[in-house]
Amino acid sequence: MNDARPELAMLTNGQAVRRPSIPVLSFEAFKQAILDGVAARQRVSALFGAPSPLPGATRLYVILADDEQNLLFAGATDIEGDSFPSLTPRCPQVHLFEREIAEQFGLRPVGHPWFKPVRYCRSWTGRDAWDRPPDQPILPAVGDFYRVDGEQVHEVAVGPVHAGVIEPGHFRFQCHGEQVFHLEIALGFQHRGVEEAMIGGPSPRTIHYAETLSGDSTVAHTTTYCQVVEALSSCQETARAQTVRGIALELERLANHVGDLGALAGDVGFLPTASYCGRIRGDFLNMTALLCGNRFGRGLIRPGGVGFDVDDARLAELGRRLDAGEKDTSVAVNLLWSTQSVMARFEDAGPLPRNVAVELGMVGPAARASGVERDVRRDQPSGIFCFSHIPVSSCETGDVFARAILRWLEIQHSISFIRDQLHAMPSGAARVPVKALAPGSLVVALNEGWRGEVCHVALTDAQGRFSRYKVVDPSFHNWPGLAYALRNQEISDFPICNKSFNLSYCGHDL
Amino acid sequence: MIKVILARLQQKHRTMTYPDGAPPPLPDRFRGRPVIDAAKCPDGCRACFEACPTGALDANDPARIDLGKCLFCTECAHACPQKAITHSNNYQLAARNRSELIVARERQAVEVVGAALDAKLKKLLGRSLKLRQVSAAGCNACEADTNVLGTVGWDLGRFGIQFVASPRHADGLLVTGPVSKNMELALKKTYDAVSDPRIVIAVGTCAISGGPYIGHTQVNNGVAALVPVDLYVPGCPPHPLTILDGLLRLIGRIEDGVRKG
Repeated sequence: MNDARPELAMLTNGQAVRRPSIPVLSFEAFKQAILDGVAARQRVSALFGAPSPLPGATRLYVILADDEQNLLFAGATDIEGDSFPSLTPRCPQVHLFEREIAEQFGLRPVGHPWFKPVRYCRSWTGRDAWDRPPDQPILPAVGDFYRVDGEQVHEVAVGPVHAGVIEPGHFRFQCHGEQVFHLEIALGFQHRGVEEAMIGGPSPRTIHYAETLSGDSTVAHTTTYCQVVEALSSCQETARAQTVRGIALELERLANHVGDLGALAGDVGFLPTASYCGRIRGDFLNMTALLCGNRFGRGLIRPGGVGFDVDDARLAELGRRLDAGEKDTSVAVNLLWSTQSVMARFEDAGPLPRNVAVELGMVGPAARASGVERDVRRDQPSGIFCFSHIPVSSCETGDVFARAILRWLEIQHSISFIRDQLHAMPSGAARVPVKALAPGSLVVALNEGWRGEVCHVALTDAQGRFSRYKVVDPSFHNWPGLAYALRNQEISDFPICNKSFNLSYCGHDL
Repeated sequence: MIKVILARLQQKHRTMTYPDGAPPPLPDRFRGRPVIDAAKCPDGCRACFEACPTGALDANDPARIDLGKCLFCTECAHACPQKAITHSNNYQLAARNRSELIVARERQAVEVVGAALDAKLKKLLGRSLKLRQVSAAGCNACEADTNVLGTVGWDLGRFGIQFVASPRHADGLLVTGPVSKNMELALKKTYDAVSDPRIVIAVGTCAISGGPYIGHTQVNNGVAALVPVDLYVPGCPPHPLTILDGLLRLIGRIEDGVRKG
């Protein structure tokens, strides 16, 4: 099927393969495979380090997604020594992945144009890529920032503690008057060490790590984790479980998209939509709670299926609430588009051009708003999305308005999708037993969370335990997009630009 | 403009009457305060203890659940061969002292819930409480369900409680998350920036004990390791009603389910 890169292993979303089938290439071939793949419109879903069987070496794995063919390509290379030539100058979308590899494994990507830590923590190997003394604490966001010098150029520092009820992060603006020349975002404050703790699992805590990787994406991350476990144990969840998962994923999207539109309205001082959407968001969260008792879907998604079954009365109630939610949302959101003062603030604010979105490897609504039509539900479908399709929406302008109206389009599609599923709930068990995990395997699972592609990659050891578990939250791809979108904007537009992306801090910091 | 007015009519008045009226309905599958029928426990059975992901159950006396560590995941209830553990729909979980979060066999009948601040603090803060929220490695679920209290449905402002943008304007902190090492300094500095007298509210199981992250070298196992805590609100995340109940008890606006002042 793919003649250009026969050297990479071909697999599909949620398919477990034996690790020997993943080719271990020379670094040159590994690098060329990535560059060729990206040139052929593939994108880097994951690039990460793992222990190598060679003493003292680190094995790098790459997962390329080919959205046009519904395929994934995987390859590996062993790095001996403490450095490797950086790919970032030729492939910008790997820049954070390379910094992460440096931080976790102490490998320096030589030639990386902006070589700084990602999460400000100790490496897993004891080797430090920045030669920081082991007896001194590593302080988050401490270090050099990109700096613009000149008359009347000034620096604005914000965070980690922000003015609102939100997660911590540090933003450093280089400004000339009101105009932002450059924004650098330093994160890591939320680092909880999840990937490290996943090693040796699954343990009783593993599912709870998945549920709290990013709280507003509980369903997306937990579904992805469960698909990893199910693939490794050759367990096939029932169509009924897949349908409930799909409903929960779209309810999660609805709650967050509605909340974001309300918050965007609030940030431009348009209080009607801000008030209504704040409340309606809660209605959608309560629909998830109707399924499982928890507003964020905790306890709902479990390996082998779902932790809570549905009955006709519950589905009917969900349908009634969905109708009411649709009506309320429609009235509240449509006020935005007919209010000139709102549109004046949304239009042309924080534009992200299409070519930049592609180069940075953006995913989710932030990519689609810039005309990059990527959606895992269509391109690499799993579960219910193999059988029931959701139209992919996209815009061209890449500004705050595009990211706002895209959410409204997706809200409407998600509501129709859920309504269809409510009337076509398959019979069968809610949950089937899960067996032991296959040893010596690799699996990649992808889902389209409300922010974009959620990617989990698991490697198992000879006993079927996780020897490496890589999580890529969509925010990991998208934070640089926000920084880019701020260029030449007024600093007072930062809140609406930030909210229009609404990225996860803990999902990035894990 | 006419559209704005019509929308206002369509959206109706939505602020709940609680605490004057009944609390908003909870979902039927809501998992509140666990109830243990210790009489059913077979001797030497540790099934619930072994199933718990966070060590919320006591190895020697499984009929004790520490709500400060509990994720309300029901693994213990599923593991119990006698079905001795059930989750009630009681949302009133907040407590002033860490030890009051332990549901134990000798305390089954007496459900300890958060008491009000002492008279002096209550006089100062009871009618106007400004809080600075600090997320310290919270997964954003606790943050979201704290934030929701500010929406029109809950309208926290009617109790004089408000989230403010600066610790200098605040009477206290509401902290979420296990407090990562990387947020330690920021939390301490924010606390120091609040003038005395000040209070600290720990919302969510992570903020109380570290939650799923108990024992990780990257976190501090909760807020109390760094600053003194005046109110603990358990849950993963706590339901907004649980948080509101805790806040209203703290400022003495409700007591034994009855509205005060």
